[in-house]
Amino acid sequence: MPPVTFTLNGASTTVDAPADMPLLWVLRDLLDLKGTKYGCGVSECGACTVHLNGRPTRSCQVRVETIDGDDVTTIEGLSPDGQHPLQDAWRELDVPQCGYCQAGQLMTAAALLERVPNPTDEQIDQLMDTNLCRCGTYIRIREGIKQAAARMATTDGAGSAEEGA
Amino acid sequence: MNTTMERRHFLKIGALAGGGLVVSSYFDLGGLAADEAVGAAANATLNGHVRIATDGTVTILAQNPEIGQGVKTMLPMLIAEELDVSWDQVTVEQADLNTDLYAAQFAGGSRATPTHFMPQRQVGASARHVLLGAAAQRWGVDREELTTEAGVVHHRASGRSAGYGELVDEAATLPAPDPETIPLKDASDFTIIGTDKGNVDIDAIVTGEPLFGIDFTLPGMLYAVYQKCPVYGGGVVRANLDEVRAAPGVQDAFVIEGGDDLQGLLSGVAIVGDNWWLVNQARENVLQVEWDEGATASQSSAGFDADARALLERDAPGMPLRSDGDFAGSWSTAEHRVEADYDYPFLAHAPLEPQNCTALFDNGRLELWAPTQTPARGRGMAAEVLGIAEEDITLHLERMGGGFGRRLYNDFLVETAAIAERLEGTPVKLLWTREDDTRHDMYRPGGWHRLQGGVNADGELQAWRNHFVSFGEGDRFASSAGLGDDEFPAGCVPHMEMGASLMPFGIPTGALRAPGSNALAFVYQSFLDELADEAGVDPLRFRLDLLAAAGPETEQDPVRMSRVLEEVGEMSGWANRGNLPRGRGMGIAFHFSHMGYVAEVVEVTVAQDGALSVDRVWAAVDVGRHIINPLNAENNAQGGVLEGLSHALGQAITFENGRAVEGNFDTFPLLRMSQTPGTVAVRFVETDHPPSGLGEPTLPPVLPALCNAIFDATGYRIRSLPVSKHDLSWA
Repeated sequence: MPPVTFTLNGASTTVDAPADMPLLWVLRDLLDLKGTKYGCGVSECGACTVHLNGRPTRSCQVRVETIDGDDVTTIEGLSPDGQHPLQDAWRELDVPQCGYCQAGQLMTAAALLERVPNPTDEQIDQLMDTNLCRCGTYIRIREGIKQAAARMATTDGAGSAEEGA
Repeated sequence: MNTTMERRHFLKIGALAGGGLVVSSYFDLGGLAADEAVGAAANATLNGHVRIATDGTVTILAQNPEIGQGVKTMLPMLIAEELDVSWDQVTVEQADLNTDLYAAQFAGGSRATPTHFMPQRQVGASARHVLLGAAAQRWGVDREELTTEAGVVHHRASGRSAGYGELVDEAATLPAPDPETIPLKDASDFTIIGTDKGNVDIDAIVTGEPLFGIDFTLPGMLYAVYQKCPVYGGGVVRANLDEVRAAPGVQDAFVIEGGDDLQGLLSGVAIVGDNWWLVNQARENVLQVEWDEGATASQSSAGFDADARALLERDAPGMPLRSDGDFAGSWSTAEHRVEADYDYPFLAHAPLEPQNCTALFDNGRLELWAPTQTPARGRGMAAEVLGIAEEDITLHLERMGGGFGRRLYNDFLVETAAIAERLEGTPVKLLWTREDDTRHDMYRPGGWHRLQGGVNADGELQAWRNHFVSFGEGDRFASSAGLGDDEFPAGCVPHMEMGASLMPFGIPTGALRAPGSNALAFVYQSFLDELADEAGVDPLRFRLDLLAAAGPETEQDPVRMSRVLEEVGEMSGWANRGNLPRGRGMGIAFHFSHMGYVAEVVEVTVAQDGALSVDRVWAAVDVGRHIINPLNAENNAQGGVLEGLSHALGQAITFENGRAVEGNFDTFPLLRMSQTPGTVAVRFVETDHPPSGLGEPTLPPVLPALCNAIFDATGYRIRSLPVSKHDLSWA
């Protein structure tokens, strides 16, 4: 297969990989980005979630040959300085236990907030249902998403009246 | 697992190369006298519990394996507290396995807190003691005139002060004190214990830095998969190794003979190469193995169930466990009688990070980077498999993506060691697939109970009989398949019989979070609810009355348990639960395990079509005093509750032809966010008892509290798990 070129965390990246190798393993083992995690390999757990052209995507299900020219963001590129409002909220609330699922949770949550800036509890439950947390940190994940949403609304100067909602 | 707490420990003070102080305790494990433990003392100067550099930087070694329970943050907090530094000054490093220095270096049984609460504090206090000694010597004053605060020694009388870093080189020359004679802080002076401290690895977690065993790499490292017989204990007869070796990305494939220990190295085919995905493709698409499946191939869940029910029909259990009073007489005259059969399935642990390990075998020495809850045991197993001395093995602890008891077993570690031995000089990482993980677990065993209970006209439980059908050989229960003769309500019921009948089998079993309790609480606390209902007594009142009847021989303190029951009743508004409409309900349960006293209330809604929603959970928890890191304690307690719901709602491992049917999360479902209650309120009831662990005790009560809530909502009694196989619809 000819090399595949795509944008990874803002930088053009070329990989030479078997055509059907999943993006998950390309990221982890060829590009040495270990933040994206393997949990199930069948799109059940969400630990491998990345943004593919802005959409939350299970990277275990994406053949690398299909992403030529695409834009991929992983947890390592979620923010330039590790200070995405969700990352800050995760720190403040001490969301993780083992931490293994949290990169996937953060990537799904970040895409959620792009789409629904001020989500209801029901929307959070529905849109986060793709991501398993074996330790059971769901209650703090919900809280973290709401805290980040409130911060982002304030920072954006739009919807500050809804702060804390 | 050795949980003896009365070991003497000694202190070693040393100088760091290039300046600085290292303080360590070491233990007389194996009965060595202090002056014989020279090797241990030398080791202590190189490693240690705490290091202080000349610039004042404090590095604390986190000695225990981190599986998400928060011990990598919590144990260093104990040292930092007594060292009297501010938490901001502290850098935490994960220690390697070092049995000379670190007692009880494992993660299991909720043991870290009760085992280490005092010794870790003593290490910190001893380090502070020698720093005070250095300041006293320098200033020519008495140690008693000195105080410390946030890493600085003060002599208030003269206005002098010195940071710890300025004192370390002198401190390193002082004699080591006896750590057990150094006074510890009064609790009112705590500045770290009892305060919220975030996970020390939080930055790495939220930014995706390499952190877990699966993330660890070495230059030139190969990847491996290992295909074992799907039937437990089966072995390789022959495999198409040449074809596998010709597959893309494969560098080698070979058979490992293995032994017959189901928790150890079993027969299989290893495939190695520089790309794990390709190696696994070769396994899935090319590898063909002829197996000798062995005797277990005839075993199945359906067979176990039929055999168990036949055993329950027998009059007497094969193995009597306890007999108090006159059960038969009391039962025959009881005002209210209930007889019911309960059962629960096998469960897998399913930590989200599949089993993995990295190893390098070179020149007779083995180096392991191992995500294991029991590193010392793993090292011993590897030494045996490779025929080398334990001293020739170095084991680095890797943060784990969940443990839950799965990583108490080191099958993946010895597989990695055996593969590394064949690849001498080349590092290798073994990684299991999710299916490997689900189908080669040490399962929580299933079990069957026939219960009989008799209540007198005053609503008091008088008679209790349990015939437990479980797994084992002769009169030996299989791992985690047991029942203690002191299990509650033993000691609270005057007329009691307990016994077990054991079925031999070939399925590997082991400890899943709150082993034993995670099954027994469901059975016992559900059945107590049945008895309360039959007698027309409020389920909370019934339980309090039962605890009030406790004799002196009960395994748990009835006063502590009654307190958490009353607290959870108050938290949940239990007294008003009669106002709930049909289809909504509340259930209560309690359970004592791993030194912890926990009572929980669950509130559910069951729609007429049977759709179940777990709305709220309340938990009152007494694990003594202090709650060392409340921020993490709440998280851990909530996690126990949610894991219990996960077990109850939909999980079961089914065996057919000696192998597990379920392989991934589509068939072995974990709790998802949409199934998670809106709140899990946790109240820590701090009592004047030494602090005990929190990893396990919040899990067991939630299963019966859930099932009791479903009964309250619908009148339907769940006596067989999981809940998902029941039709909860009501008209």
